[in-house]
Amino acid sequence: MSDVVEKTLTALPSLLSLDSQPGAAKLSSTSKLGNLIRGITELTSKHEEEKLIQRELTSIKEQVSSPNTSMRQMKELMVRATYCEMLGYEASFSYIHAIKLAQQGTALEKRVGYLAVSLFLNEDHELLLLLVNTVLKDLQSTNLIEVCMALTVVSQMFPKDMIPAILPLVEEKLNHPKEIIRRKAVLALYKFYQIAPNQVQHIHNKFRKALCDKDPGVMTASLHIYLQMIKENPEGYKDLTASVVTILKQVVGGKLPMDFNYHSVPAPWLQIQLLRILSLLGKNDHSTSEIMYEVLDESLRRAEMNHNITYAILYECVKCIYTIHPKSELLEKAAKCIGNFVLSQKINLKYLGLKALTYVVQQDPRLALQHQMTIIECLDHPDLIIKRETLELLFRITNAQNVTVIVEKMLEFLRISKDDYTTTDLVGKVAELAEKYAPDNEWFIETMNTVFSVGGDVMQPDIPNSFLKLLSEGFDSVEEDRKLRQFAVDSYVSLLQGGPGKLPQRFLQVISWVLGEYSHLSEELDPATVLSLLSKLLDSKNTSSETKSWVLVAMTKLCEGRAGVSVAREVSETYSSSLDTALRQRAQELQHLSQDSELRARVLPRDASREPLEVDSSLSFLDGFVSEALAAGAAPYKPPHQRQEELAQEKALSLEPYGLSLPISMSSCSIGDRQSPTLLSVSSGLSGDSIELSHKGGSATLKLDGVKRVWGREGYLSKRESVEETAQVEVPSPLRSPSQQGEADKSHNQTPTPTPTPEPEQEKQQLASSLFVGLGSQSSVCLMGKSDLTNQRFRRKARCPGTSSGSSEITSNSIVSPPSMVDSLLYNNLLDSNITSELDLASPQSPPQLSQDLSTANGTCDVDLTDRDVTANNPSIIRDNGVVAAEDPDKPTDLCLSSHLPAELSGLSRSEITALCSHQSLHLSACHVQGDDSLALVVFILNSSDSDVQQMLLQLDSDQLEVSSVSESPVQEVRGDSVVVCQYSLTVKRPSVLVEVCGVMSFMCSVGTPQSVQFSYKLPLASFIRPLTVSTEEYGTMWLAFSHDTKQNLTLMREDRESLTATLNVLKNKLQLHVVEIIGMEGIVACRLLPDQPCLMHCRINAGTLAVWLRSPIPDLPDCLIYHCQRALQEH
Amino acid sequence: MMRFLLLFSRQGKLRLQKWFTPMTEREKKKIIRDMTSMVLSRQPRSCNFLHWKDLKIIYKRYASLYFCLAIENQENELLALEVIHRYVELLDKYFGNVCELDIIFNFEKAYFILDEFLMGGEIQETSKQMINRSIEASDMLQEDDSSEWYEVELFG
Repeated sequence: MSDVVEKTLTALPSLLSLDSQPGAAKLSSTSKLGNLIRGITELTSKHEEEKLIQRELTSIKEQVSSPNTSMRQMKELMVRATYCEMLGYEASFSYIHAIKLAQQGTALEKRVGYLAVSLFLNEDHELLLLLVNTVLKDLQSTNLIEVCMALTVVSQMFPKDMIPAILPLVEEKLNHPKEIIRRKAVLALYKFYQIAPNQVQHIHNKFRKALCDKDPGVMTASLHIYLQMIKENPEGYKDLTASVVTILKQVVGGKLPMDFNYHSVPAPWLQIQLLRILSLLGKNDHSTSEIMYEVLDESLRRAEMNHNITYAILYECVKCIYTIHPKSELLEKAAKCIGNFVLSQKINLKYLGLKALTYVVQQDPRLALQHQMTIIECLDHPDLIIKRETLELLFRITNAQNVTVIVEKMLEFLRISKDDYTTTDLVGKVAELAEKYAPDNEWFIETMNTVFSVGGDVMQPDIPNSFLKLLSEGFDSVEEDRKLRQFAVDSYVSLLQGGPGKLPQRFLQVISWVLGEYSHLSEELDPATVLSLLSKLLDSKNTSSETKSWVLVAMTKLCEGRAGVSVAREVSETYSSSLDTALRQRAQELQHLSQDSELRARVLPRDASREPLEVDSSLSFLDGFVSEALAAGAAPYKPPHQRQEELAQEKALSLEPYGLSLPISMSSCSIGDRQSPTLLSVSSGLSGDSIELSHKGGSATLKLDGVKRVWGREGYLSKRESVEETAQVEVPSPLRSPSQQGEADKSHNQTPTPTPTPEPEQEKQQLASSLFVGLGSQSSVCLMGKSDLTNQRFRRKARCPGTSSGSSEITSNSIVSPPSMVDSLLYNNLLDSNITSELDLASPQSPPQLSQDLSTANGTCDVDLTDRDVTANNPSIIRDNGVVAAEDPDKPTDLCLSSHLPAELSGLSRSEITALCSHQSLHLSACHVQGDDSLALVVFILNSSDSDVQQMLLQLDSDQLEVSSVSESPVQEVRGDSVVVCQYSLTVKRPSVLVEVCGVMSFMCSVGTPQSVQFSYKLPLASFIRPLTVSTEEYGTMWLAFSHDTKQNLTLMREDRESLTATLNVLKNKLQLHVVEIIGMEGIVACRLLPDQPCLMHCRINAGTLAVWLRSPIPDLPDCLIYHCQRALQEH
Repeated sequence: MMRFLLLFSRQGKLRLQKWFTPMTEREKKKIIRDMTSMVLSRQPRSCNFLHWKDLKIIYKRYASLYFCLAIENQENELLALEVIHRYVELLDKYFGNVCELDIIFNFEKAYFILDEFLMGGEIQETSKQMINRSIEASDMLQEDDSSEWYEVELFG
């Protein structure tokens, strides 16, 4: 088929020139569009085209605004206008006419009108509001084609806020007798579900009806919605498994009408959709997976024909088999199938084969071993895409033995890649591997040097951060730490001495920090040399002012002795008149501290790391200042959103031309602030506020607020962008490592590149053996088998006393802590806004303060990690145990645990006790108890054997919650046949509909091997909601102060006059809300999220529904609460 | 889910654009520029897949016309390739031996066919017969339309 198409299309170029060709008969020779197109093809220059189009547009403009233009002519004009827009010329004058055409034209003209609208306008274009009525009218039309058009345009682009207006009509269409209408309606609802899931929540039952539709097309359409919903909540749809399996069986068996075949393969799109749903349902669920084995086997068997589409199905099948609970027989078949992909001569199939391998090697690294020669070939493939995919695969099979070769390959690729996105991604991966598996100091520093110079300004900011953190925190051995730091210093000195050309700013910052902090470790290094190198950086044109302040800080640490003082004086003189306030401050600091060595030793002590740093996040040290200012008559501080509200009130009109301007603080951190890069995010936000505060003090008279708005967000942004762009233009120069330069004291050749041999085959073999080392059958039992303790260089120190006792062996090898999303985002923003002084690295680093870091440092958060370390002792047992612990969480514990509930919690309302996980004779269960002002999580640990469990350490962590232990001393052992109860108090950090606590328990059985189990516990946000008692007046003031809101219509409980009271009572009882007052058709309700975050609710009866408006100072809280309200009313 | 579909000529001239997610004009222009330069610079016998930011770009050339479809990362590349192929088949069935000129001169028809085939970034209907029937049904409405603009031979 495709051949035919291609042949006919090849004949084309000849057609363009002459009209007399036979094919040209099709083209409308006299149409105006035809003339325009032909006119354009005859032109030779872009300039002429521009002129022609402008002329065309002027003529179109004239005609559309003429009252005599008929709708039919309008249709033709719109087609021409869209053509001009496609060529890149703006025809905004025609937008309104396109809408008019859709409104007033006959069906055919309407179709062009709708098309033009969907091509011209964006979802948030204001003119779209004018289309809503037209869509409403067409949805109600008796003409099926008009209904179809309306549904099409609705799924293409529709203003989010207007969805409620047309929703009932679209819903109605689900019962339409014509299947094409039902199908389009389902897809339109799918679109709504994507952009506003809350809106369609109430029609979930109707989706079910669509799933059972007698027309397979409608059923197929409904699967899109189901795939999405199952992705979000697989537990809720397990009951669908059997039906999905049945459908797939019928499809595979060819039971569908021939219409659905594609190149004689039965409904491939449907098959793939079903396979995806199955893999979501069967993931980590043995019993559900059991149901689908047979049909998966059949799908594999049936998809034999040699066509792209069958390969697409096979690929999906393989993925599904490796996602669900494993069955060896199927795995074997799937592995064979992957072989067919990888070994195929067709490059597209090879690509997909690599992708499939990447997916499965995580579970079975030996599969990569089978295809090693193919992988090697792909690594040298001329097509970069194939190469890139191969690196992705190698990344997954990296271990301590092959890391050097794999990283070398990745860096090779990085040097030729021009795409920023790829660079960012790969650089992150290299850094991850380097930290995890570095064989020695030299290799690590050299690799990171390349990472910084290649990744430069596009890499994630957490890479330099965690690198510096790693350097400063050190590892187990002091001597090793010293060596690593010293090597870093030497490497940077020789790099700078070599006159490296342009280095990325981030790299320069890292270099200056390290030199400032550790150059004293290198004995033969004269501080004056370092100072002169640094001052050379200062003079360079390519150094940004942000980097310059890093350099100045480094110099401050180094300016010893006479030479140092004179350099310092010179530099500080230059920069104390700088326009950049941050630089000016640094220069001042340098000047003062260089003269007072005693003060300097106190402010910037050497080697004073590791004392945890207390950050006063409440800024209480400013209290005196504030009260003084208040006494002097300054206005009290109001948060920005509140100011905004008040401003809007005063002016009666809500004028928000620029939005809120972000406070830019340039120098709020003094040099005394000793903070690690990761902690800066905390302080900067706060110091931003403090600047705001002092501004506010003056604003009582000066109205500074107004002044600020003129330079609002937009102006600031555009400026910033230009800075970024110039920064990215800088091309990082290829970096020579010190060893290659031959200037370093030792010459290292740590990258074992295969020795060149004349025969390429042999070369490949060698490469293969170095790449796939550690994946062989004997070592595959334990990937890290040979990597004994000495191999793991970067072993983070155990910080928690609990782990160091007997199970210090469990200490993690992994340095990379998962970057917290919020944190890195926050940090990102800060970097962007050029708040240089916040990047104060003036001092040795503090240890990590984030709880998440702690848990990683303990190394017990991951069953795998634990396994890896202990396998040396007793591989098989541990492995089995680990698997059991992970997969069998629902073992029933028949004991009545509730009697063990702490006395102070009895009598309060609590959830059912649910089993969390079990490990041999140890069973964990939990429940949550709702107090008036607290929410307690109670974990029961039941030991049903007679032997004791010792050295127990239970750790809980959550993204959304603050978890604190209530009991004073942590429980350390559980005696045989007894229950231990741990109590935690929970508060919400970040609201979400369901919040989850994850936990790890590590312990030692009598057998003597350390073990650990993981579990998680979910609870609804509603458990954290308590009534908030306020008066109507208080409610009024609070309402205005809150900035986050959401609106939605809820169903009423009854249809009579008392419906509002009835509905609110239901909510009050189910969700513990406080009904403040009910006046006629309106009611106001208040509640708080523990401990004291208010959320207000305003309800009004409107056209048979309850229009609810929620407001809160907490983002996301209104959205979550509305969800629970909806649920509460549905369940009632 | 599909994000956008672009059709452009070997010279990089845009012939059709369909955006399944909202995007600003600036983003659109940048994407069109990136796509044409990336796809047109591909060597023969390379694979038909590309990476662009977090998206996969699937492209295929039919004579002088490139079809370029962006899908999300977890989607199936081969299937996307067949989406393109089915669209070409649909155009071919409608125009009869379709060529680039058909699409240039009747681009709105190409959009109508696409709207029957894909909806909201997902496959709506895969049957050639069904799509043809609904396009025909809409076209029937124009029988009384005597404008020369539609003198194109409809069913080849």
